[in-house]
Amino acid sequence: MRILQERSTQSRSDGFFRLLTLIGAGIILVLMALIVIELVLNSRLSIEKFGFRFLYTNIWDPVRQEFGALSSFYGTIISTIIAMVIAVPLSLVIALFLVEMAPPAISRFFGIAIELLAAIPSIIYGMWGLFIFAPLMAKYVQPFFKNISGNLFLFQGPPMGIGMLTAGIILAIMILPYISSVMREVFSMVPAVVKESAVGMGATTWEMVKVMVRYGIQGMIGAIFIGLGRAIGETMAVTFVIGNSHVISTSLFAPANSITASLANEFAEAAEPMYLSALIELGLLLFFVTLIIQIISQLWLRRVQKTMGVQ
Amino acid sequence: MTRTTFRIAFTALLVLVVLSLALTSCKSEKGGVKTKKVEMINGAGATFPYPIYGQWAYKYEKLTGIKINYQSIGSGGGVAQIKAKTVDFGASDAPLTKEELDQAGLIQFPMVIGGVVPVVNLQGVAEGSIKFTPQILADIYLGKINKWNDPILKKLNPDVNFPEEAITTVHRADGSGTTWIFTNYLSKISPDWKEKVGFGKAVAWPRANSVAGKGNEGVASFVRNVNGAIGYVEYAYALQNKMNYVQLQNKDGNFVKPVIESFQAAAANADWANAPGYYLVLTNQPGAMSWPITGASFILMHKIQKKKEHAKSVLEFFDWCYRFGSELAKNLHYVPVPAKVYTLIETSWKNEIKSTDGKPVWDK
Repeated sequence: MRILQERSTQSRSDGFFRLLTLIGAGIILVLMALIVIELVLNSRLSIEKFGFRFLYTNIWDPVRQEFGALSSFYGTIISTIIAMVIAVPLSLVIALFLVEMAPPAISRFFGIAIELLAAIPSIIYGMWGLFIFAPLMAKYVQPFFKNISGNLFLFQGPPMGIGMLTAGIILAIMILPYISSVMREVFSMVPAVVKESAVGMGATTWEMVKVMVRYGIQGMIGAIFIGLGRAIGETMAVTFVIGNSHVISTSLFAPANSITASLANEFAEAAEPMYLSALIELGLLLFFVTLIIQIISQLWLRRVQKTMGVQ
Repeated sequence: MTRTTFRIAFTALLVLVVLSLALTSCKSEKGGVKTKKVEMINGAGATFPYPIYGQWAYKYEKLTGIKINYQSIGSGGGVAQIKAKTVDFGASDAPLTKEELDQAGLIQFPMVIGGVVPVVNLQGVAEGSIKFTPQILADIYLGKINKWNDPILKKLNPDVNFPEEAITTVHRADGSGTTWIFTNYLSKISPDWKEKVGFGKAVAWPRANSVAGKGNEGVASFVRNVNGAIGYVEYAYALQNKMNYVQLQNKDGNFVKPVIESFQAAAANADWANAPGYYLVLTNQPGAMSWPITGASFILMHKIQKKKEHAKSVLEFFDWCYRFGSELAKNLHYVPVPAKVYTLIETSWKNEIKSTDGKPVWDK
């Protein structure tokens, strides 16, 4: 009798706990749905007026109330690509150094230093980028690129220190600690026996690293997407150095714009309903971009699981 | 052992709680005395006059104990907030038209006046030595003049040794009253600009390589960093950063320097009496001394006030600013509203701001 009673309370508390977790998980879905609904409702004006034109036209004219997202979208994508191209290989090397090459004391020191980098607020990166890094770019880096490339289309325009490339580099510095610290965790979780067998079979350090990369590929992809998500959504630092111009240029030195920078700059003073609605539609666009990236990352992970045979 | 430490911790906690309670009660008592007279006055809006509003509010609170909470969320936000009646007054750099005011039941009046100054970064060129005609300024921003050694510039400034440098224009990235004033001026003096670009707090800048900085400080820093750059900032920023400004030809044909006196001249020559709802833009004003890119910042209030006493204390604050705030304004490089204009404004207060029973709020 007593046992039965205990059981029933147990099952009751189990049910309660299940309900609690269900509500918790459900809240996330509800929140997401609410965000989408709110974004769509508030950007209705702009969606109705511009339709799909919004995605591929490059007009941003608050006076005539004509809006198109292409320049902001382009800026977000290109600056993120630059950041990833710089940050991913660098993080890989940093993580490998910390896990495999460095003596423990140094490894610990650098590990803490990298995590400190992640704790710096983005506005600090922005100010630093504008006041210290951009002048350096204008004085040394940009003239150098211009000289060696012979004024290639990628490096045209006056060396102003700001623009797409500077924004990409600042972003790379910002996401570097995220990617490298996750990769470090991934590499340190590779079982010693795997490494030992590689070395035992006569592998060089480089070949052993290849084995480790293969072992930790899933975690590494995760690390890359953490960095990517952060780079796409970064606002303040980019706003300071990207140049904030609604123009699409092939030159990496030219001022550009990103979705988040446009929002941060223009939201406060956008009084006209159409202007406001176009800005909110930009936010909606960013939402979908992140969603698509999530889907791609999931698909990629699944593919990797199949082809590389990791579980 | 553990029990004694626990006991010590507990007493410490108790003492803390009692202390903090005592402290907060002291505070609320003090606050109670102060706020007995009037609740807090809330305002929101333009960023351009924020430094002077902040100073005025600080001084006024010291004198009277009335707290003014001004949030510089931007002119657009200010207009939206006052329309939604969440604040006692809104502030905007761009005036609303008479129709807009009537539609929302608002009254507007100018509070301070300031100047927008074109600044350049040209090495080896002395401060304030370059002269611009309005057409040159418009053509630079339209992308028609692209080099500093352009013959038109050389012809007007035979003494200036222009470098052979490309011109980079700098504008505001954020929507701004400064941009509104600047583009309004360009629209007035260049039909081409008016047709192609128009004016507003943010516009579609026609030049391909035009950089945008966030806030006055963003524009100032880009101009300082980029050789051959030209931008426009509030006068105070040009002054504080010791930037190289240009002389501009005004409506009367004189080349004037951006100084307090020339802003004052523009404000004095403005015909406020015949501007319905004080919708008056101070750009391109007549007068031998007038600086052509001058603008006023406005306060917005509702015409019908539910709480008469509260509305009155809001107006009392503005009254104090007009009467005794001039020195503070000048210290921060703003131009106070001329006394004769304030007489006009006071009359409008009497005639237009009413409490719900139809009696004027301002009955002094």
